[in-house]
Amino acid sequence: MKPAPFEYHVPDSLEQALALLKEHGGDAKLLAGGQSLVPAMNFRVVQPGVLIDLNRVSELAYVRQDGENLRIGAMTRERTLEIDPLVAKQSPLLEEAMPHVAHPQIRNRGTLGGSLANADPAAELPVIMLALGARLKARNVSGERWMEAHDFFSGMFTTALAPDEILVEIELPPDLPHTGWSFMEVAPRAGDYALMGVAAQVTLDENGRCRQARLVYLNAGDGPVDAKEAAKILGGEMPNDDVIEAMAELVSRKEINPFGNIHASSDFQRHLAGVLTRKALKQAIERAGEDGLQ
Amino acid sequence: MATRYFGERIKRNEDPRLLTGQGLYVDDVDLPNMLHAAFVRSPYAHAKINSIDVSQALQREGVAAIYTANDLGDYWKPGPLLVSPPPVKDIVFNEKTQVPLAKDKVKFAGEPIVMVLAESRYIAEDALADIRIDYEPLEAVVDLEKAIQPDSTLIHEEIGSNIAAHVVQTKGDYDAAKKDAALVIKRRFSYEHGCAAAIENRGIVAEWDSRAGRLTVWDTTQAPVVIRNGLANMLGLSERQVRVIAPFIGGGFGPKIMMFYQEEVLVPWVAMKLNRPVKWIEDRAENFVATTHERGQIHDAEIALDKDGRILGVHDVFLHDTGAYAPYGLTVALNSQANVLGLYDIQNYYSEFTAVFTNKTIVTPYRGAGRQHGVFVIERLLDLAAKELKIDRAEIRRRNFIQPDQFPYNNEIIYQDFAPLVYDSGNYEPLLDETLERIGYHKFVNETQPKLRAEGKHVGIGIVAYVEGTGIGPYEGAKVQVMSSGRVSVVTGVGTQGQGHFTSFAQIVAEQLSVDVNMIDVVTGDTDQFYWGAGTFASRGAVVAGNAINEAAKVVRKKILKLASEHFNAPEDELELADGMVKVQDLPRMSISLGELAGKANPMRGAVKPGTEPGLEATSYFGPERGATASGIHAMIVEVNPETLQIHIQKYLVVHDCGKVINPLILDGQIHGGVAQGIGNAFYERLAYDENGQLLNGTFMDYHLPTSLDVPRIETGHGVTLSPLNPMGVKGAGEAGAIPVGPLFAQALEDALHDVDFEILEIPLNSNRLWELVSGK
Repeated sequence: MKPAPFEYHVPDSLEQALALLKEHGGDAKLLAGGQSLVPAMNFRVVQPGVLIDLNRVSELAYVRQDGENLRIGAMTRERTLEIDPLVAKQSPLLEEAMPHVAHPQIRNRGTLGGSLANADPAAELPVIMLALGARLKARNVSGERWMEAHDFFSGMFTTALAPDEILVEIELPPDLPHTGWSFMEVAPRAGDYALMGVAAQVTLDENGRCRQARLVYLNAGDGPVDAKEAAKILGGEMPNDDVIEAMAELVSRKEINPFGNIHASSDFQRHLAGVLTRKALKQAIERAGEDGLQ
Repeated sequence: MATRYFGERIKRNEDPRLLTGQGLYVDDVDLPNMLHAAFVRSPYAHAKINSIDVSQALQREGVAAIYTANDLGDYWKPGPLLVSPPPVKDIVFNEKTQVPLAKDKVKFAGEPIVMVLAESRYIAEDALADIRIDYEPLEAVVDLEKAIQPDSTLIHEEIGSNIAAHVVQTKGDYDAAKKDAALVIKRRFSYEHGCAAAIENRGIVAEWDSRAGRLTVWDTTQAPVVIRNGLANMLGLSERQVRVIAPFIGGGFGPKIMMFYQEEVLVPWVAMKLNRPVKWIEDRAENFVATTHERGQIHDAEIALDKDGRILGVHDVFLHDTGAYAPYGLTVALNSQANVLGLYDIQNYYSEFTAVFTNKTIVTPYRGAGRQHGVFVIERLLDLAAKELKIDRAEIRRRNFIQPDQFPYNNEIIYQDFAPLVYDSGNYEPLLDETLERIGYHKFVNETQPKLRAEGKHVGIGIVAYVEGTGIGPYEGAKVQVMSSGRVSVVTGVGTQGQGHFTSFAQIVAEQLSVDVNMIDVVTGDTDQFYWGAGTFASRGAVVAGNAINEAAKVVRKKILKLASEHFNAPEDELELADGMVKVQDLPRMSISLGELAGKANPMRGAVKPGTEPGLEATSYFGPERGATASGIHAMIVEVNPETLQIHIQKYLVVHDCGKVINPLILDGQIHGGVAQGIGNAFYERLAYDENGQLLNGTFMDYHLPTSLDVPRIETGHGVTLSPLNPMGVKGAGEAGAIPVGPLFAQALEDALHDVDFEILEIPLNSNRLWELVSGK
């Protein structure tokens, strides 16, 4: 379990990193927290010719309020997301999900940008980004572009990033008034990849009807799975058990496509999706109602 | 009265060293000019090797040498059979042991084929990728039942079948007993064990000193003396030319016993051949496939009972997966066969097993060593019988316990030590009573549980029992010596892998010599320090080495008193040993330290008289006539989430009898560790093989060990029935925690999910499997 030989660069700035990436292109891998890449290199599953270590690019590690949006640098450690008061204020959903992301030791090293760029369908953070409607900024030597989270994840371990681009920033919009949230997952042990997990955001109107809902699932397909059809059922409705049941049914039978693995059959994953949908929706709706609603 | 040491909760002598990083582990051995080994391992479970091309790898800078099977010459031969077949009538036994490097054919995924030596492990691993091997994949033999069909693909063609062994053992007459039965229950059980997952993988460093003609080997083995003897023999050296050191080892649990693993015989050989030190440290990816497992058995078992739930007889036929080779003989399967009898008075027993070769990693004992499988069968059969006969599950066990006046109790069948299975001692009812009392069984069943059920909670209780044959022969030895500093040296041949030997062995000596425990230096696992012995296995360290140490210490005590008597010109019975001194009673100024006395025992003037020896030292050996039988009861209260099938253990209790206890703190640790491994076996760990014989979960990401969050606080209680088979009256405790956890989970989870009509007849479980069982999938 030793990595194959590679060339190692440690740029001090984003400009240097981008230049190196342009020079080495597809032969290079970016090293963020290294919590997925380094084991993969040690197994020789991944054998990059060039490793560009971003850990000294300090300009990419920040959490900043910018008007009503929160801006998070891609090299921000997962542990920071877990404890930063700005994150908790802007997005209780993200805060709630963080303890489920692997183990504290891993969160100390792992980064937001690293997890998103790795695009593991079983990871929590991509799901949260979709649920929150985050926007992601990529840079190359000649400029920058913004992507919706929806457009960023393009499949199993793949993203819309071009070989010369670095994910640099994540923008989280504020929650609308009367928004409730819930993150739940079922894992064999604390910190494991979950067998199934869901992030729910529900926004109610002044009358307690659902204005907007989002349900996004992990380990339920080849990327974060946005259950749009189920969310539509709730739109404009007064939430009740029948509606929730209908959503859970739709999600578990139709909208997700879990593959099953040695820890859980796809049938069990679907069953869990139903269980979690019911629980998470109830919690999100209840929390939405706590926000000064009659 | 002198301070007592034996039986005290003394903190471990070795911990300051270990916790401050001062312990030497094999990977800490770093020698000048050392080469590093890496191995090409088969990616296929079963394949012909048409050709191997190492030419490109040899070109790589930093590569020193590369060996295939054909390069080993006469050194290439199958490893030793470590345990020969037992003397059982009509036994079938087909001996097949592992070879150093696969030749012509690979028989399990992970089997080593080529050894590369390079200046660093990195370069060695780079070179592995340069080696070209042309394989011709063959059908993999994976399924036990298919493997014994006449048309199955063969692993060892020369045998003509995949049968490693077939053994029938009987006691009484089951068929006759069954005729009078009020109830007969028959089920198929399957029980998979797992890999030991010691925190330290295997490792070996060898150094050949050509001038001295001495080979030194640092090895993560549980049995350094046996390895020394074997290596000397294989390498054409005298035993005195070989020194094997088993330093601190991060967990043994069986797979490190005395395997003569492929790497273990190759690394010393190549160190001599190249005349350079060589290191090989197993990585975790290798460990999952290359270090032995303990895996599955399928039992078709039947129990016959009278209307009161008394067992009339048991009939059991099972298949045992032994992997691609069986170097450890039939130990695991024989343990399973014996443990079906449990701690119950069973007069009629028919047991038949077939050990089956499969294209999977070799199976040898891992903590419990097949006992789990047998205990699962009998405990589940009793649960099913209790339900059927409407007898309380604790009561049906009580009714069948062997009674205290029945010991020694002869189960007649041959055990793993080749002697008839005779339980030396035991008293089971008090253990059960203490368990029921402390877990609050009756209150829980009659009051708490109905209330919880009314609230919609799914909380169940389980109570299971087991015996453990421990402390088998042949023998161990020890040398105890008072040094001139006053410190006492204890050396013994067994290896140590975290059991606390540096403390428990010291306590035995401290008790005899009245010397503080931290004045006693224990050395284990260095064949230059102690020549004789067998090793650490079968929960035998405390019993066999412990008693040898005790005997040696007794002799040293006698020598101390004799010499002090001469020194003070006082009769021995007026002397007392205390705090490292010998004193003359009532004469406080008449005292001498043991160190000073040791100096006097080695006079620089005057002769050692005939019939005397210099020094205050003694060497003794101990070999029990057969194993001492420990026993115990485990109980657990567990809550199940009926939707997600996740579990939460609320309470876990072990009441255990391992005879006289040397150190209750260390004993508790042994039990806690065992229970943790048992919980892993019952609900988390599973070696997932596909139909091609590929292990699908060879990482800790996918092979789930229970973590500190999954293992509850474990309470313990201790009954004491002394073993009559050794002077200290001790019994082994190394495996006690791990053995009955599977049936405990099965019983408690069925109880928790009482509203579903289902049976748990298999281990391991997990949430997914439990969901399948309760939803009838």
